[in-house]
Amino acid sequence: MASSAVVDVPISTDRQRLSHLKQLEAESIHIFREVASEFEKPVMLYSIGKDSSVMLRLAQKAFYPAPIPFPLLHVDTGYKFREMLEFRDNYTRELGLDLLVWRNEAALAEGANPVKLGTQRCCGLLKTQALLDALRHYGFDAAFGGARRDEEKSRAKERIYSFRDKAGQWDPKAQRPELWNLYNSRVGPGESIRVFPLSNWTELDIWHYIHLERIPIVPLYFAKERRMLVRGDSLIPIEQSFVQGLPGEEQMVKCRLRSLGCSPCTGAIRSDADTLPKIIAELVSFRSSERANRIIDHDQDGSMEIKKREGYF
Amino acid sequence: MPLTQTLEEQATFEIEEFLAAEQAKDLLRFSTAGSVDDGKSTLIGRLLYDSRNVYEDHVRAVTRSGGGSAASSIDFALLTDGLRAEREQGITIDVAYRFFSTARRKFIIADTPGHEQYTRNMATGASTADLAIILVDARKGLLTQSRRHAYIAALLGIPHVVAAINKMDLVDYSEEVFTRLSSDFHELAERVGLKSVEAIPISALEGDNVVHRNERMPWYVGPSLLEYLENVEVICRNDDAPFRLPVQRVIRPHQNFRGFAGQIAAGTVRPGDRIVALPSGRTSRVERIVTFDGELESASAPLSVTVTLEDKLDISRGDLIASADEPPAVANHFAASVVWLHEQPLTLGRRYLLKHASHIVPARVQAVRHRVDIETIEPRDAHSLELNGIGEIEVETDLPILADLYGENRTTGSFILIDAATNATVGAGMVREVLTTAIEHKAERRPRVVLAGRELAAELEERLLELGHPVVRTRVLERSVWRALDEAGVVALVESDDVAQVLSSEFETEPVGDGSVDSVLDALRLSGGKEWV
Ligand SMILES: Nc1nc2c(ncn2[C@@H]2O[C@H](COP(=O)(O)OP(=O)(O)OP(=O)(O)O)[C@@H](O)[C@H]2O)c(=O)[nH]1
Ligand SMILES: [Mg+2]
Repeated sequence: MASSAVVDVPISTDRQRLSHLKQLEAESIHIFREVASEFEKPVMLYSIGKDSSVMLRLAQKAFYPAPIPFPLLHVDTGYKFREMLEFRDNYTRELGLDLLVWRNEAALAEGANPVKLGTQRCCGLLKTQALLDALRHYGFDAAFGGARRDEEKSRAKERIYSFRDKAGQWDPKAQRPELWNLYNSRVGPGESIRVFPLSNWTELDIWHYIHLERIPIVPLYFAKERRMLVRGDSLIPIEQSFVQGLPGEEQMVKCRLRSLGCSPCTGAIRSDADTLPKIIAELVSFRSSERANRIIDHDQDGSMEIKKREGYF
Repeated sequence: MPLTQTLEEQATFEIEEFLAAEQAKDLLRFSTAGSVDDGKSTLIGRLLYDSRNVYEDHVRAVTRSGGGSAASSIDFALLTDGLRAEREQGITIDVAYRFFSTARRKFIIADTPGHEQYTRNMATGASTADLAIILVDARKGLLTQSRRHAYIAALLGIPHVVAAINKMDLVDYSEEVFTRLSSDFHELAERVGLKSVEAIPISALEGDNVVHRNERMPWYVGPSLLEYLENVEVICRNDDAPFRLPVQRVIRPHQNFRGFAGQIAAGTVRPGDRIVALPSGRTSRVERIVTFDGELESASAPLSVTVTLEDKLDISRGDLIASADEPPAVANHFAASVVWLHEQPLTLGRRYLLKHASHIVPARVQAVRHRVDIETIEPRDAHSLELNGIGEIEVETDLPILADLYGENRTTGSFILIDAATNATVGAGMVREVLTTAIEHKAERRPRVVLAGRELAAELEERLLELGHPVVRTRVLERSVWRALDEAGVVALVESDDVAQVLSSEFETEPVGDGSVDSVLDALRLSGGKEWV
């Protein structure tokens, strides 16, 4: 009885000492309000994943009872899972949000895909280039991203306000000092910042918060029987025609996705976790990081840092 | 993850109990400090590894192939030194934030660089810390950087400091060395004003006294580093201090709701509490505390909330709502400690922008009272501060800030200085003494932006010029333009054919006065930092 009650009550706010989730929430809300008030044209990068879902909820909280005062931008590589796009459209419509979608149509028309170009060049065109084009097209001067410092070593180094030069690039050796919660919002013409309100959240914090707050997430996170290509240890989703299996590779597997990306480049994991508590229990037992099943990060040593320097999130 | 072992050993995993336990954990933020190569990053890597807080793929990536036991071939520093330049040069350049938890606590670590050149990054990591671990190489003792970092930790008011005497393996785990260095450190702590100091002998490389106490130093009977971190009291976050809410934003979804949003910087607020809005000095009572999750009966720091007031006061971003009984100073001239963060030295009289809470105001440094000689911790005469210099200055701001002393409130007592020409963050300041309160300066308060119809704008322009105010008329409806004009020190007269429409759209301003020239001029003279109609 007592233990199940904990899950259903909202996070208590009147405790002598605030729970760490409540502290993280307060910090994130503060960041949203600062940016929305100090920049001309902010935008929230919405990737449809669990971190974006949390970010969205925090943005709702920051401005409640007013609506979120900036649009959402989804950089659609063209290879996202169908279920992600459905979720995106339904959820943003339900909340009445202003959603912008941007694709690098020129590259897609030339048939850009990871099999043909390799993951690095493909990401460079469909993600990084598309993002920079979109930011420039709309003239956004601040873009919220859902990256967390616990995801990856070079992200652990990033400020909450991450300054970008005119080309949208990051110089890790010249980051601005960032003391207390006093963020320097001054940028010159053409310069911009990326803002990471979830910087101090861990993967476990995210799931815990989704559970407590009952935040909707894409069903792909939950385990169910799915048709997959089974190749060695990898489970490759079959959504695109250029993802072709060898005889016998195609099987029904109970599995789920731990992080959402493009279907050809995001491996699933075998899992029975079909509820949030089960996902959290599974997470606690993991021995590898969530990015271990992403193909892009491993292409070369420091590949995330290189991509970030080039303007990737 | 940390709980892996214990959880797997349990027959069933009670998720709800686990989440309840997670929620009951509190949060400790700590940072590392000390001279270059004293072993900070190695220590953090070791702490994460021995407390089972690193993923296997991350460990694999920093393990040298071949030879030795598993732990001895891991380069622990590389678990946090995540930039390529850092791996190439073998030093830390910028702060790495790492996260871990134990059964009792969650921790946010800022692993900072020891190299003097990157002191600003050390200060970044330390500014939000509840505790600092200052490492000392047992072979080298206290170095200049150890002193500098101890001094900065004291300035920043970090409540607890651990002196981790590291590399004990290289001095034969000698009790004598530890005793000597620990007394050196306590002496330094006394001089710089650190209050709670705990010295612990460790070997980050070998893991002695990091997570587990070790029999190689039987003479040491105190806690291991992790035991200390798990048990040290986290200073209560000003629940009982006088209430402070810096207003970040006015929330106005429709005409009938006007809420003031911000993160509580100190104290507790309840509906019915008497408050004062500053700088105007008008008082009212809190009507409601509004959040997405429902209204609250009380809210304490550091919660982010929105409050509504019983009376309709003119409050905007940059203002502060405070307890009416114990308001902060409305100050535009004050003394502050400062750490200089930029290659371009501090220049007296130069125009800086000062960001304090949610307010940016133009400011000038009037005097450098002294700089601190780090070798001797003595004040010296100075007219400037160089990169990494520390000293005490006197600052004057064009508009008042609503400041507490840093010793009383780390949020409302701190500020940063931004170079108005380059936009670089150049200084970190801590208010120590209020020299003049703005009440005496009322007449000098500078007006900002006026939105008006064509006729009123023309009339105002004429009158302002008569009164000797620089003024510029514009039809551009862009905040960046207004801001630029304002920062140039002129009154911006924003002319619009449809004032009502502009008002009801995005600009969140409210008409003041009765629309006559005189009432606007009145408002301009009386309050600062607002946009008027
Ligand atoms: N023998 C021994 N070597 C150590 C110990 N701790 C660290 N080292 C070594 O000291 C060197 C510097 O360690 P780092 O952890 O990079 O030092 P740091 O303090 O993080 O240096 P910066 O961040 O650049 O200021 C490395 O070669 C470590 O292996 C220790 O306890 N014993
Ligand atoms: Mg280091």
